[in-house]
Amino acid sequence: MAHHPDQLRPLRRTPLVRALSTATAIVAATAVLAGCGSSKSSGGSASSATPSASAAAASFPVTVSTANGGVTIKSQPQHIVSLSPTATEDLYAVGAGKQVVAVDSTSNYPSGVPSSSLSGLTPNIEAIVKYNPDLVIASQDTGGLVAGLTKLGVPVLIEPAAAKLDDAYQQIDQIGQATGHAAQAAQTVSDMKSQIAATVKEAGTTHANLNYFYEVSANPYYSATSSTFFGQVVSLFGLKNIADAADKASDGGYPQLAQEYIVSAQPKLIFLSDNAASDGGQSPAIVAARPGWAGIPAVKNGQVIGLDDDIASRWGPRLPELVKEIAQAVEKAPAQ
Amino acid sequence: MVSGGRSRARTVRAYGFAVAFLAAAVLVGAMAGAADLNPLGTAAALLDRLPFVHLSSGLGPLDRAVLFQIRLPRVVLGALVGGALSLAGAGYQGVFRNPLVDSSLLGSSAGAGLGATIAIVHLGTSSPAALPVAAFVGSLAGVAVAYLAGAAGGPGTSTLLLAGLAVSMFLTAVQTYLLQRSTQDIQRVYSWLLGSLSAATWHQTGQILPYLAVAVTVVLLHGRHLDVLSVGDEEARSLGMHPGRIRLVVVAGCALAAAGAVAVSGLIGFVGIIVPHAVRRLAGSSYRRVLPLSMLFGAGFLVLADTLARTVVAPAELPIGVVTALIGSPAFIWILRSTRSVRT
Repeated sequence: MAHHPDQLRPLRRTPLVRALSTATAIVAATAVLAGCGSSKSSGGSASSATPSASAAAASFPVTVSTANGGVTIKSQPQHIVSLSPTATEDLYAVGAGKQVVAVDSTSNYPSGVPSSSLSGLTPNIEAIVKYNPDLVIASQDTGGLVAGLTKLGVPVLIEPAAAKLDDAYQQIDQIGQATGHAAQAAQTVSDMKSQIAATVKEAGTTHANLNYFYEVSANPYYSATSSTFFGQVVSLFGLKNIADAADKASDGGYPQLAQEYIVSAQPKLIFLSDNAASDGGQSPAIVAARPGWAGIPAVKNGQVIGLDDDIASRWGPRLPELVKEIAQAVEKAPAQ
Repeated sequence: MVSGGRSRARTVRAYGFAVAFLAAAVLVGAMAGAADLNPLGTAAALLDRLPFVHLSSGLGPLDRAVLFQIRLPRVVLGALVGGALSLAGAGYQGVFRNPLVDSSLLGSSAGAGLGATIAIVHLGTSSPAALPVAAFVGSLAGVAVAYLAGAAGGPGTSTLLLAGLAVSMFLTAVQTYLLQRSTQDIQRVYSWLLGSLSAATWHQTGQILPYLAVAVTVVLLHGRHLDVLSVGDEEARSLGMHPGRIRLVVVAGCALAAAGAVAVSGLIGFVGIIVPHAVRRLAGSSYRRVLPLSMLFGAGFLVLADTLARTVVAPAELPIGVVTALIGSPAFIWILRSTRSVRT
């Protein structure tokens, strides 16, 4: 559980308030918070002053331009709520982990994050406000999230699913600036870039003879083309994506492929992103047992790779690990 | 009920047309697909499977795997599902004397949806075999609850229908609630709800065949009873029939057919409504003809719809529900406009 700010305590102790319906209580709390928002911002950073934090505090107010426009943050946030697992990883990578008070239910990395039942898909503004946040980061603006929190004076950063590698780097930089850790964010990004470059250099970038199938889901079979984030990561190695033949603007890069096309395209590598128990439970063994799939080179040669779903579906600081997973598969593939 | 040479000729013509339509649909379905198999080779490979026929298809092992393990089971499963859904729709329409009824109205679809959602949310992916079983059981349970609730409200078909509607809404609400609490499963549940034949296997066809065989036999044997019922319960009683018992048996048969279909294909709407009506326009309203003809035409219709779903944007696919509605609706309106109206 997160720590509740002082100004909430008298309100919550009153038996009458406890007896009131949850909705009424939260509305009351919201009003108190909204009223105290401005006075709090001046004292927030002083209480936890360490040498680096005070240096960071000097960089505020800061304006970060994100998917939801320019967002101004008046002072270094000390009660951050993250509604996106990628943003959570970014926050901890740039050194802002201590400022995080709550993360959404899908944020599971790094270990020890302050988990909550908050949802980024169907955000509940009143539930978020209970954590008295001075910064909220989400990957999408659903359910009036930005409008609602802005009304209460809480700045919101929307950091949507990255369309390309540079977007992922940019988001880490933005989160660094917004939390007072710009230098560490820049360091994180440059470390990621050099790790990825080293991995790609070792594996080579000329694997045009290797084609691959990326399985987003089975039954029906959804895939991702080279224009998607994952597709671009694999393109670093020069592989061919069998889903590109089905690319249409209307799919947003995620076409549903006919099963017989997948089999007849003879992919040499298959990447599974639906192999966690929670999102499909597919595995190399299950793929091999699908009727008609035994003749696919990837299946014959044991080149069906179950990706770490959390890493493959996020665009955060663990990207170099994803690139390594792909590199290992590429290096193991038999040369033509 | 209908006599005379003209109507007999019409019946024969309708059956001939239905069988030819289904055969053509299966052939087209087997020959077309994203994998670019040689159509002549495909036909030869299919004929080669017939007894006493030996043809060389010229298809390689990969092509044969695509044809016999991926495409053909899908065509056959499409035919079974389309036939089952259409038969169930026609049967329900006869039982309820209402042209707008199909299995989605009597708790069957909602029950299957809830069953599938429970399987996905609570069993996760630890036991993939549980999903069709849960949908099957849910579908049957949905109809049973609706039937019991309706029967308790007194005789008559409208009570039963209203009870079915209420039960469906309740089950859908429970399903939505479960889904809301488990948002990471939304994509899988909705994929299932949209309906799909894309992962059809011979195993699935084998699984549902016994249920469909029983259901089809039961429902087809009651064509004459439904004809009498369509005149009225009083008339049926005067002929020594038990309307309540007939309704129960036919509903059970239809529920079994729909449950079998839904277990392997998810919710594919629309087929159970339009096919029986199109058949009535072609062959008159006697259930002795409407039931078997609906089954044949429904089988062919779904095979064609699925063939379009997997070929028009190949190598990508369209959801089959989109195709059944996009192609089916205009075709149905054309049939309505170009033929005379008949009694349901």
